[in-house]
Amino acid sequence: MAEQKLKGYQVGTFVVGNRLLEPEQRSVQARMERSNTLTSGHRACRGCGEALGARYTLDAAMRATDGKLIAANATGCLEVFSTPYPESSWQLPWIHSLFGNAPAVAAGVAAALKAKGREDVRVVGQAGDGGTVDIGFACLSGMFERNDDVLFVCYDNEGYMNTGVQRSGATPPAARTANTKPVGPEPGNVFGQGKNVPLIAMAHEIPYVATATVAEPRDLEQKVERAMELRGARYIHVFVPCPLGWGAASEDTILLARLVKETGLFPVFEAEHGEVVSVSKIRRRVEVVEYLKLQRRYAHLFGPEPNTDVIARLQAGADRNIERFGLLGESGGEG
Amino acid sequence: MLEQLEGSQAVAHSIAMCRPEVIAAYPISPQTHIVEALSDKVRTGELQPCEYLMVESEFAAMSACIGASAAGARAYTATASQGLLYMAEALYNASGLGLPIVMTLANRAIGAPINIWNDHSDSMSQRDSGWIQLYAETNQEALDLHIQAFRLAEELSVPVMVCMDGFILTHAYEQVDMPTPEQVDDYLPPFEPQQMLDPSAPLTIGAMVGPEAFTEVKYLMHAKQVAALDAIPAIADDFEQAFGRSSGGLIRSYRAEDAETIVVALGSVLGTIEDVVDELREQGVKIGAVAIKCFRPYPLEEVRDALAGAERIVVIEKAFAVGAGGIVGQNVRLALSGLESRVYDVVAGLGGRPITKKSLRALFADALGDRLESGRLHFLDLKRDVVERELERMQGGGRHGPHAENIIRDLGIVGAEPH
Repeated sequence: MAEQKLKGYQVGTFVVGNRLLEPEQRSVQARMERSNTLTSGHRACRGCGEALGARYTLDAAMRATDGKLIAANATGCLEVFSTPYPESSWQLPWIHSLFGNAPAVAAGVAAALKAKGREDVRVVGQAGDGGTVDIGFACLSGMFERNDDVLFVCYDNEGYMNTGVQRSGATPPAARTANTKPVGPEPGNVFGQGKNVPLIAMAHEIPYVATATVAEPRDLEQKVERAMELRGARYIHVFVPCPLGWGAASEDTILLARLVKETGLFPVFEAEHGEVVSVSKIRRRVEVVEYLKLQRRYAHLFGPEPNTDVIARLQAGADRNIERFGLLGESGGEG
Repeated sequence: MLEQLEGSQAVAHSIAMCRPEVIAAYPISPQTHIVEALSDKVRTGELQPCEYLMVESEFAAMSACIGASAAGARAYTATASQGLLYMAEALYNASGLGLPIVMTLANRAIGAPINIWNDHSDSMSQRDSGWIQLYAETNQEALDLHIQAFRLAEELSVPVMVCMDGFILTHAYEQVDMPTPEQVDDYLPPFEPQQMLDPSAPLTIGAMVGPEAFTEVKYLMHAKQVAALDAIPAIADDFEQAFGRSSGGLIRSYRAEDAETIVVALGSVLGTIEDVVDELREQGVKIGAVAIKCFRPYPLEEVRDALAGAERIVVIEKAFAVGAGGIVGQNVRLALSGLESRVYDVVAGLGGRPITKKSLRALFADALGDRLESGRLHFLDLKRDVVERELERMQGGGRHGPHAENIIRDLGIVGAEPH
């Protein structure tokens, strides 16, 4: 009988199969008692990364808090697809107020719970990248600065998808959106200075900051669990591909989320009190082209005459992340 | 107990006795003394349990109140002027969600040109935001109205704005009768939320509502405000029973029963108006005054009943609809539709310009002689020569410069000379 090498993960994914883990380490999603916080029947697009991210995040937070959780949601895709009147997909107390105020609403909820002596009930604020890095940014920074007892989660799909795919402060350079079309001398989004909210959150020296992608849901769950062990302002920035907005195949959501990390374009790390404490190493480095080619928002870079200058600039950005965060080399622990 | 207090301190004491559980505020003149005093009370433990959130903007202040109120806490904030505009989006959200937040508005002008002094352009700009708007005439009434406001807000699950004239009331020292905490506790029951974020009974607040039900939700907002027209006098009556003095209500008439001329106004200017009414009464003039204490909901029937017997109505208001005319004036006309009375719209006191007895005497003399034009907006004490000069300058065309700076230079204000 031929010898077969035992693999701890599913083929091509690096994700360890649940069955091979100790019961305590298994995903919240694999448990009978999972809370289905964002339950089925919502109206998200096929392959929606945000729905996946929100489900893993909130179910993990529900488990960590024994179901004593309140969510404050910004306006956006997540709010719209989950609460088409008279239906709601939320199986936890959930409030939507405005686009730009979710961090402040969450802070208000936390203050109320503190005043009432109900600090056993915890608060999660959540928004897309528009509601976090742009219109909600002042409220977010205020919440961080006050160190309010809120976990704020940004589901970053790199644009205003709910309004029809316009550019946000989180849209990457060169990407096509509805208002950065591939027309004119500089097609796609401009090369700006970027707005790295995880680093900005770290500059507030809040207890916990982490990034994650929906390609590694166990990693995301563990970060949520870690965040819920702590008090004060905490921030998790989750990379969530958007098939509709990016012009990507629905079945490539996980692949894109994996590639964005493996290219170095999206560093996955954890920080406590302003210091990076762990980095998820790149397992098998890939060039940014492999990631870009799967998305029609970058199609204008390819074709008969590829825009090699722009591709090189994007690669340089990934390389800088790899250098800056030390994304190559042996993993120090969980990766 | 009688005390000599600054208006802001009186209001802060009053708020503290109402036991808010969350206060979220951002400083803006002339609201600052109120929230500073409340911060002291929270920090010293005089007011507890209470969380005071020092937020980064008025938008965040109202947003935090929304979260706190939805989580079942009694929530309070205070602001003025630009701050009210900065929280405008959240104001509509609080009322749309039906959250019983109470806010003090220290009435102040809106820029440009930037101006920190009193008028009503801030509250009038948000008159249709779905908030109940109560206007205090005195510091005593400001103090009392806050106690009533929490009860009103929580009974109907609607937000209430208590408007008090910035500086004129907030910074004025007056004698006030301060109730005891026990009296307030007896009058104001603990907050029992009508909707609440509660893990033991999860619900969704703030869902998207399309054309199939939006009208009905908005109808209910209106219906609650209409219900407030009954609740406000009842709550004011209860207050009088409990505290032994009359405060609040929908409107208040002063020597208006047989009046041929009635002056209508909101807020602290009523005191000056009533002094002039007294003078004219001594001369045998049948003149009176009506204070609108509650502008939203608009007490149309009460205003009509109070004004129906008068030949002429002089509406003095501290704000106006640019390009349209008086705001209170339009509402008064609505109440008087079908009647023969003449309504004169007078805008006064903009940006803190004093409304003096002398000016009012002259104005009322013109009104009594029907030398004012009904349907046209009159500006009390307008410096017409200054306006004419600027209009002339504009006719010259070209880059004539900003009006405000030109006018200040014309007036020869110190330091306004070109360098």
